[in-house]
Amino acid sequence: MNGARVRSTVLAVSVAALVAGAVGYAVIAWTERDASPASAREAVAEAGRWAGTDRIVFRSTAAGEGYGHVATVPLADPGADRTMSGEICDRVDATTELLSCLRTVRGIVPTFTATVSGTDGEVVADWPLPGIPSRTRISPDGALIATTSFVTGHSYATVGFSTATTLHRADGQSFGNLEEWTLLRDGERIVAADRNFWGITFADSRSFYATVGMNSSGTTWLVRGDIPSRTLETLAGNVECPSLSPDGTRIAFKRVTGSSATGAHWTPSIYDVATGEVRELPEPRSIDDQIEWLDDESILYGMPRVGEPGDSDVWLLAADGRTEPAMLIEHAWSPSVVGEGSAEG
Amino acid sequence: MYISLHNSPATAGGRPAPRGIRTVSSTVIALGFVSLLTDISSESVAAVLPLYVTGALGLSTIAFGVLDGLYQGVSALVRIAGGYTSDRVGRPKWVAFGGYAAAALARVGLLFASGFGALAVVLTADRIGKGVRTAPRDALIAAASDPTDRARAFGVHRMLDNIGAAIGPLLAFVILWAVPDRYDVVFAVSLACAMIGVLVLALVVPNLRTRPDYQDGAERRRVRRDAWTALRRGPFRRVLAAAGILGIVTIGDGFVYLALHDRGGFAAQWFPLMYVGTNVAFLAFAVPLGRLADRVGRARVFVGGHVGLLAAYLVAALAIDDLVATLLCLAFLGAFYAATDGVLAALAADLTTPETRATGISAAQTVVALTRFASAALFGVVWFAVGRQGALIIVAIVLAGALVAAAVALRPLLRAETP
Repeated sequence: MNGARVRSTVLAVSVAALVAGAVGYAVIAWTERDASPASAREAVAEAGRWAGTDRIVFRSTAAGEGYGHVATVPLADPGADRTMSGEICDRVDATTELLSCLRTVRGIVPTFTATVSGTDGEVVADWPLPGIPSRTRISPDGALIATTSFVTGHSYATVGFSTATTLHRADGQSFGNLEEWTLLRDGERIVAADRNFWGITFADSRSFYATVGMNSSGTTWLVRGDIPSRTLETLAGNVECPSLSPDGTRIAFKRVTGSSATGAHWTPSIYDVATGEVRELPEPRSIDDQIEWLDDESILYGMPRVGEPGDSDVWLLAADGRTEPAMLIEHAWSPSVVGEGSAEG
Repeated sequence: MYISLHNSPATAGGRPAPRGIRTVSSTVIALGFVSLLTDISSESVAAVLPLYVTGALGLSTIAFGVLDGLYQGVSALVRIAGGYTSDRVGRPKWVAFGGYAAAALARVGLLFASGFGALAVVLTADRIGKGVRTAPRDALIAAASDPTDRARAFGVHRMLDNIGAAIGPLLAFVILWAVPDRYDVVFAVSLACAMIGVLVLALVVPNLRTRPDYQDGAERRRVRRDAWTALRRGPFRRVLAAAGILGIVTIGDGFVYLALHDRGGFAAQWFPLMYVGTNVAFLAFAVPLGRLADRVGRARVFVGGHVGLLAAYLVAALAIDDLVATLLCLAFLGAFYAATDGVLAALAADLTTPETRATGISAAQTVVALTRFASAALFGVVWFAVGRQGALIIVAIVLAGALVAAAVALRPLLRAETP
C-alpha cells in the first residue's frame, strides 16, 4: 500500500472506533437512564405538598425518582423521612403561603425560570431568568421575591461573567435589576464599571441586604438596599451572600479567607449589625451557598458531596462557633426554614 | 455557495483559477473540518460547563467568571507565541497540531476531573491549545489558497468553523435532554470529536512549508531580516492601527444581548440562544462576504463590516419591536463577524511574506482581542454612568468616528484596491 492509502485506512479505522466508542458510551448512559424513566420522575408527587409550618423545605438530591424535587422534613425531627412535593427546583425558598422556585428547564436549549406558587400548587406568577439559578428569597411579608442568576459568558459574549439580581412583587411585577439602582458609598454615588449584585436577604418589606461585587477590583461589599428610593448603601467589605438572622441582629455570610489558582475559599462568618464586628466560624471546608438560619442560634448551608456530582447535604453549625459542623439533612440542597406563622425566608 | 476541490496549493503556480470556476483548496476544506470538529468539541463543553459547575459541582460560577477573564488574556498572549514559533519552524501544520492535541488531551482530563481545581487546569490547557493553533492554522489556509481568492478561502473555513460552533451547544443540550445530568456523556462525545479533528489534521492536511531552504546562513539572516522589517514597517502597521482603532469601539456581543434582554419580551425568553443566532448569521455570510472582499478589496470590506456593528448598536438602542430588533441585531452582528474575522486574516496574509505570515496574522488578531477586551471594560463604565440606551448611542457615535479614522489609516490600501 502507498502512503496515502495507509493514511486513509488509519483514519477510517480510528474514526470508526472513536464514533463507536462515543455512541456506545451514550447508549449505556441511555439504558441506565431507563431504570428511572422520566415519566416516573415527573409523577413522583403532587405539587404543593411542601406547604405547612415548622418544617425545612429543600431541594432533594437523593438519587432516583425524586431527584431535584422539593421535599420537606419536620423542624423537630430533620432526620425523619422526607415528604416529596411535585415541584422541581434548583433553588427554593418558602414561607407558609408561597414557594419561590428557580429552575433550569431542560430542552434543546435549556431555559431558566422563576415560579412563585401557592400552597395548593397553583402557579401565582412566573418569569424567565437570563441565566443559571443561584439564589432566591421571599420577603417576610410574602410580598417580594428576590432572585439571582448567573449570566455566563461565551466566546463571542465577552462580558465574561455577570449576575442578574432582580426584585419582583409576588404577582410577578418587576422592580428591575439592582444594577439600575443608585449605589452609594459614604453618601457618594459610585459609577464603577462592571459591578454585580447577588444574594438578597430581606430585612422587611422596604429594605434588604445584598452583595455588590466590583469585577474590576475583585472586592465585595455588603450593601443595604432601600426599595422606595431605589438606593443601595455599602456597609462592610469582603461580605458575600448575606443572610439576616430571625431576630435581625446578625448577618451570616461567606467570607473569602483564602484563594488559589482554582478559586476562592469561603468561610461562614457572622456580622454583628449593631457593632460591625465579624466572627469567622469553625468550618474548614469552603462553603458556596447563601446561609439559612435554623433559629437565632444556628445556621444551615448546603455542601456538595466530594466525588458525587449532583449530590449534596445540608449542614448545621452553631452561630456562636462553639460546635463543629454536623450533617443535618442527607441528600439535600437549598434549605428554607418555615417556622410557626413566620414567613422568614 | 459552490465549492469544487483542487489539490495544488496556490504557492505552486500562483495562476488564478479560470473565470467562473471558483475553487477552494482541499487543504482549506480539511482545515475547515478540523475546526468544525474541534468547535463541536469545545462549544459543547463550554455550553454545559456553567450548568455543570453549578448543578453538578454545587458551586456558584463567581470564581469561574474571574478565571474566564484570565483565560482570555492567556489565550491572546499564547497566540503570538504560536504564530512566531510557526514562522521560525516553518511548518505551521505541526505547531497547529500541538495546539489541537493539547485541547484533545484536556478533554481526557475532563472525563476524570472532579472538583473545581482539576477543572481549572483542564480549561487552561484547552485555552492555551486554542491560542497556539489559531495563527499557524490561518497561515496554512493562506499558504494553501490562491492570493486572489484568499478572503473566500478564509470565509469557507470560518463557515465550517461556525457550523461546528452552532452544532456543539445544540448537541450537548440534546444529550443532556436525553440523558439528564449525564455530563460525562457530553464530555465523552466532545473527546471523540476532538480526537477525530486531530486525526484529520495529522492524516489529511498536507505538511506545507512556509519558508524555503536557504542556501546558507547569510541568506537566511538576510531574508529573515527583510521579512521582519516589512512586518514592523509599511502598510502592515496601518492594518494593525486600523484593527486597534476599530477594536477599541467593539464592545462585545454580551452587552448588545444584555441591552436586548433588558427590554424584556422575546429577547428575554430566548436569551440563551442569542449567540447561536449570531453564529448562524456569521456562517451564512462568511462565504459571500469573503468573495466580496476578494472582488472589491479586503481592507474595504474589513472597514465596511463595522457598519454592521454600528447598525447592531443602533438597533439595540432604538425603541422598535423586540422580535424585529433581536433578529436584526443578530443578523448585523453575524455580518460584522463575517466581514471582519476571516477578512482580517486574509488582509494580514496579503501584507506579509510567507516567512512572517503566522506572526503577522497573530499580531493582528491579538491587537483585536486586546482592544476588544479593553473596550468591554471601558464600555462598562459608560453603561453605568449614563445608562444602557445612552451608552449604546455614545459608542455608536464614537464608532462612526473610528470608522473615519480607520479609513484614513488604511487609505493607501483602500486606494490601491481596485475592483
